[in-house]
Amino acid sequence: MQHVIIGAGPAGVIAAETLRRLDPGASVKLVGDEQEPPYSRMALPYYLFDRIQEDGTHLRKQPDHFSRNGIEVLRARVTAVNTKARRLTLDGGKELGFDKLLIATGSHPIRPPIPGMDLDGIFSCWTLADGRNIAKRAGKGSRVVLMGAGFIGCIILEALAMRGVKLTVIEMGDRMVPRMMNQVAGGLIKKWCETKGVGVHTSTRVESIEKSGAALKVRLSSDKVLDADVVISATGVRSNLEFLGGSGIETDFGVKVNDRLQSSHPDVFAAGDVCQGRDFSTGEYSVQAIQPTAADHGRIAAANMAGRSVRHQGSVNMNVLDTMGLISTSYGLWMGVPGGESAELRDTDRYRYLSLQFSGDHLVGAQSLGLTEHVGVLRGLIQTRVRLGRWKDRLLKDPTRIMEAYLGCTQALGHNAGVLA
Amino acid sequence: MLKALQIEPEKCTGCLQCELACSFQAEGVFNPSKSRIKIFTFHDEGRFVPYTCTQCSEAWCMHACPVEAIVFNDRTGAKEVLADVCVGCKVCTIACPFGTVNYDQDDKVAYKCDLCGGAPECAKACPTGAITYVDADHTGLARMRAHAAKTANVGASA
Ligand SMILES: Cc1cc2nc3c(=O)[nH]c(=O)nc-3n(C[C@H](O)[C@H](O)[C@H](O)COP(=O)(O)OP(=O)(O)OC[C@H]3O[C@@H](n4cnc5c(N)ncnc54)[C@H](O)[C@@H]3O)c2cc1C
Ligand code: SF4
Repeated sequence: MQHVIIGAGPAGVIAAETLRRLDPGASVKLVGDEQEPPYSRMALPYYLFDRIQEDGTHLRKQPDHFSRNGIEVLRARVTAVNTKARRLTLDGGKELGFDKLLIATGSHPIRPPIPGMDLDGIFSCWTLADGRNIAKRAGKGSRVVLMGAGFIGCIILEALAMRGVKLTVIEMGDRMVPRMMNQVAGGLIKKWCETKGVGVHTSTRVESIEKSGAALKVRLSSDKVLDADVVISATGVRSNLEFLGGSGIETDFGVKVNDRLQSSHPDVFAAGDVCQGRDFSTGEYSVQAIQPTAADHGRIAAANMAGRSVRHQGSVNMNVLDTMGLISTSYGLWMGVPGGESAELRDTDRYRYLSLQFSGDHLVGAQSLGLTEHVGVLRGLIQTRVRLGRWKDRLLKDPTRIMEAYLGCTQALGHNAGVLA
Repeated sequence: MLKALQIEPEKCTGCLQCELACSFQAEGVFNPSKSRIKIFTFHDEGRFVPYTCTQCSEAWCMHACPVEAIVFNDRTGAKEVLADVCVGCKVCTIACPFGTVNYDQDDKVAYKCDLCGGAPECAKACPTGAITYVDADHTGLARMRAHAAKTANVGASA
């Protein structure tokens, strides 16, 4: 059996390791097009403010991890997939055969259609190569304009602030992280950033970027013009699907899969940012583009490739963000459901916020600001679909009692393994 | 034979010796807020529930970590955070559905129970035997379920 995985990010690496464990006799090949050993994009912000060196971003720390585990890592770009002949075409023209294929090619940052986007000094923050460029160009005191205050934008924001740059953020939405937090929480994050000296323009778009001597001029929809040494673009991502043209594999926003992460071709699977997988909360299929989902997908797709039948019950969409010391999280249907009740705790002076969303008798979503203890139990409450009974009224009165509610309802009492099985 | 923490809440009197012992072992301070084991108090029922990581086999935290900073200790069965590898991204804290991985805002790293390398201080400190460190099959699933069934009504009607 020849298992081939395209893409050496977290989804691909976790799948390769799972295949190695479940199918010890099979050949496992991991094909990735980046120059570095498999690394984690998520670690880039920490590389940017020197918390770690490049090797700190590596997904696996032992240099011989892959060879020792019988995983062959090939450095190549896949340009075409022939499902009939079960062969991949690699850049340079070589071919590679497979019995089972995993598509784990991740996503790429979209390039906003703004005049001047190809000027020198404009970067994405997506790859280690981008990270090196930004580290070189955006030093202490540099004027940096960040386009996009979505989830990834806000993570980069923290890293840039730590580098000591003079930072201005431009966001089209009316608040920060509009797809992760509501008006109250997103507004508080904005206010927090402003008190820390970051310029934040919401409900604003960048109209154009022009060259001006050695620097750049960034023209905003508000007619304001900002001078910048570096512009960083973080305006959203799209799945990497181009090489699937002509393969017959069905795609939409990502590769379309069933609840075994199998594509329209029975021997081809998908995982991670490229996969339009099941969302636990909505039951619908969407691209979540987050690390925990890539890890879930990698394990489950590999199990199915190895011949086990494992269903994916859906991943809970979840994010955690640290905006210069203000920690926020969001889970599942954080925006609530029609007819559902909600509980809210607001302490805007202290930047504390907690919002819980219920559907009938269970928790379906949550947002928090300033919560670092036992926050994961929000996932537990959502994903076990535990009936809250009397605890719902208690939570409506005091949403901070989530941990007690969990213990009271599940009687986990410390013996909690297996409740999500 | 792997050992595991066995928790019998009905024996807990809420004295917090375990929290003190844990924080001292892990952080060098007697400070319950840094403890990996927490006592939850159900005032209405006068009940105390010690709660910590069970080193679950799914290891959500370990699989979600983007930089391999949570590793499996095959001697103790614990999933341990390597503080010098952790970048502080907090993904493990939202991924653990039991809420037993926390983030330390002073040290900027994630932390969780590591079974003290195989000699858990909480179990040593507990004067009533509510926390014991026993052969893992003692805390096996059948037993857990029986226990849960036994106490389920208490919680639901509380
Ligand atoms: C700065 C930054 C911060 C982030 N922070 C967080 C966070 O805090 N929390 C969170 O949940 N998520 C975060 N993310 C998102 C997270 O990194 C992704 O969800 C995760 O990397 C997805 O993993 P993946 O394996 O699907 O894809 P990727 O990590 O993108 O890996 C896919 C790999 O496939 C390669 N590839 C693509 N096409 C081909 C081809 N044709 N042939 C060969 N190889 C190919 C790519 O070059 C890449 O190396 C962050 C991302 C960035 C950029
Ligand atoms: S906080 Fe540390 S241990 Fe937790 S997922 Fe991030 S890097 Fe890993």
